[in-house]
Amino acid sequence: MTRELLKGNEAIAEAAVRAGLDAYFGYPITPQTELLEYLARRMPELGRAFVQAESEVAAINMVYGAACTGRRVMTSSSGPGISLMQEGLSYIAGAELPAVVVDVMRGGPGLGNIAACQSDYFQVTRSAGHGDFRPLTLAPATIQEAIDLTGLAFDLAERYRMLVILLVDGNLGQMMEPAESPPFRQREPSLPEWALGGAEGRPPRIITSIYLQPEALERHNLALQAKLAAIAEREQRSSGMYLEDADLIVVAFGSAARVAQNAVEAARARGMAVGLFRPITLSPFPSRRLARLAPRARAFLVVEMNAGQMIEDVRLAVGERAPVRFYGRMGGVEMLPDEVVQAIEQTMHDTRVTKNGARRLDVEVRS
Amino acid sequence: MIAETCVYERPVGLTAAHTHYCPGCTHGIAHRLTAETLEELGILGRTIGVASVGCSVFAYNYIACDFVGAAHGRAPAVATGLKRVLPDRIIFTYQGDGDLASIGLGEVLHAAARGESITVIFINNAIYGMTGGQMAPTSPPGMVTSSSPGGRNPQQMGYPIRVSELVAQMEGAVYVARRSLHNPTEIRKAKKALHLAFEHQIAGHGFTMVELLSNCPTNWGLTPIESLRWIEERMIPVFPLGELKNVGGGRLKVEG
Ligand SMILES: Cc1ncc(C[n+]2csc(CCOP(=O)(O)OP(=O)(O)O)c2C)c(N)n1
Ligand code: SF4
Repeated sequence: MTRELLKGNEAIAEAAVRAGLDAYFGYPITPQTELLEYLARRMPELGRAFVQAESEVAAINMVYGAACTGRRVMTSSSGPGISLMQEGLSYIAGAELPAVVVDVMRGGPGLGNIAACQSDYFQVTRSAGHGDFRPLTLAPATIQEAIDLTGLAFDLAERYRMLVILLVDGNLGQMMEPAESPPFRQREPSLPEWALGGAEGRPPRIITSIYLQPEALERHNLALQAKLAAIAEREQRSSGMYLEDADLIVVAFGSAARVAQNAVEAARARGMAVGLFRPITLSPFPSRRLARLAPRARAFLVVEMNAGQMIEDVRLAVGERAPVRFYGRMGGVEMLPDEVVQAIEQTMHDTRVTKNGARRLDVEVRS
Repeated sequence: MIAETCVYERPVGLTAAHTHYCPGCTHGIAHRLTAETLEELGILGRTIGVASVGCSVFAYNYIACDFVGAAHGRAPAVATGLKRVLPDRIIFTYQGDGDLASIGLGEVLHAAARGESITVIFINNAIYGMTGGQMAPTSPPGMVTSSSPGGRNPQQMGYPIRVSELVAQMEGAVYVARRSLHNPTEIRKAKKALHLAFEHQIAGHGFTMVELLSNCPTNWGLTPIESLRWIEERMIPVFPLGELKNVGGGRLKVEG
């Protein structure tokens, strides 16, 4: 295998193809359109299904239909399109179908803009549709990681019969960097034992998400929650640097984590004991590891390209054990490492240990 | 002693379940015709149905093939997904007028335009049955419903949409027919239409749709017999019966 200069959106598309993507259904929206364009060429070339749908509503429902056969299916979009897909995402969750959705985030709300942003964190991790569910959410920070997580997304979707969302920001979709595509995976063409394919020789199967009896729906909901609990137990993923001796831990995901990494390096060079914690699964949130770090760190600084969304998950994990601060930019404005270094210095200063050993109260500082 | 002869049996394509439809509702007739057609064409075992939202939401409990329940109006998109990954299977949707002509008009027109090789069974009863009798895009002018209590006034509420005429215009549609379930003669014609639609699909010609004018005695506030007369007197003038399109051999494949 060789490393090549790859564009994020296209690298994800090719990774999906190599993971055994059987069908793609999508609709153009910046900054993810190259994904659709790439697959428009690639899928027919391999004799696989590609449809440019008339809307995101139709696209996700095509995914729903194709997923009923247990095949590997995917769609991609950005905030406004993901909003339209929420109906279908909820049905996919309700019917427990495996499907992968790539959200290449842009700025919002409304039409917003097409610049890189992390504004869909709540939309995706909290529910992604009506009812009561959470999709598995993966957030890469480099193109190589986006490639690797695309393959993992299909495996997890299949293992848990579950909606998996790859949450990418516009930067990662649009930029190019050296990365290596995975080898082609051979897959069994047979249908899984729960899938639809015609009832020849067996009783008919039904895939649905309707449960009119409250008790029956509650049982279904409890089963979905038990699955989420098992996933939370097994699938929390994160990475970190300089965490062993860190007084201050910066928490960031995706592109913001790359800026934060530069800031942490700069702060280290100036002698500050700073570390970086980077969630890779946003749902399940890697709270176990973060909670273990909480008693040792003096403070946490959450850096996001939004108004502060992941900070809620960080606060839940850290609890009262340490103050959690936020630094963010919005609207597609990218923060510079220097801004983050300043926020680090400020946080270090404000949370210095007082004479009696108590930490000072957490005071919000925003950009 | 008279020997017992069975002249009419439950088709293999219908399950033994009792339907939940109101007495006199023609959803049951449409189910039977669908089941008989799948059985007669020998395709029941490789058919996947897409149930929609409306009174027929539980169609999968009655028609004995694989089934998936779709969101309101999205059945043609769900059918597209199924057909694209399993092109050798027979895929049909079963949708009411609220489902297909209102929220799902885009999905059905685009599936037709793409020439998806699926069959849409469109139950037009001019009203929203399941939600309790609201006006549908197919309600004739003057029709009293719970959301047009003074009768549908086209100046305020628009005119009924003739979906079959719209769909027939789509290049990708190869067979479109409107039939009715209000008397035995028409029921036989409806069955013939379903046969033709599925035969086109088996041959892979393109998009097919059979619209079936149906009743809703409950929400129309009529007895079953009166409701069948209402179809004849009030619906057929707005929705003329007939074969709107039958492209022998399907559409030409475009090279290049
Ligand atoms: C997105 C969405 N909007 C509204 C509804 C509520 N709803 C359920 S059935 C229905 C109308 C169905 O009418 P029709 O398709 O004519 O079928 P019928 O019940 O008459 O057979 C509506 C509006 C829903 N389930 N989903
Ligand atoms: S409400 Fe109307 S359409 Fe629904 S089952 Fe009853 S009669 Fe049939």
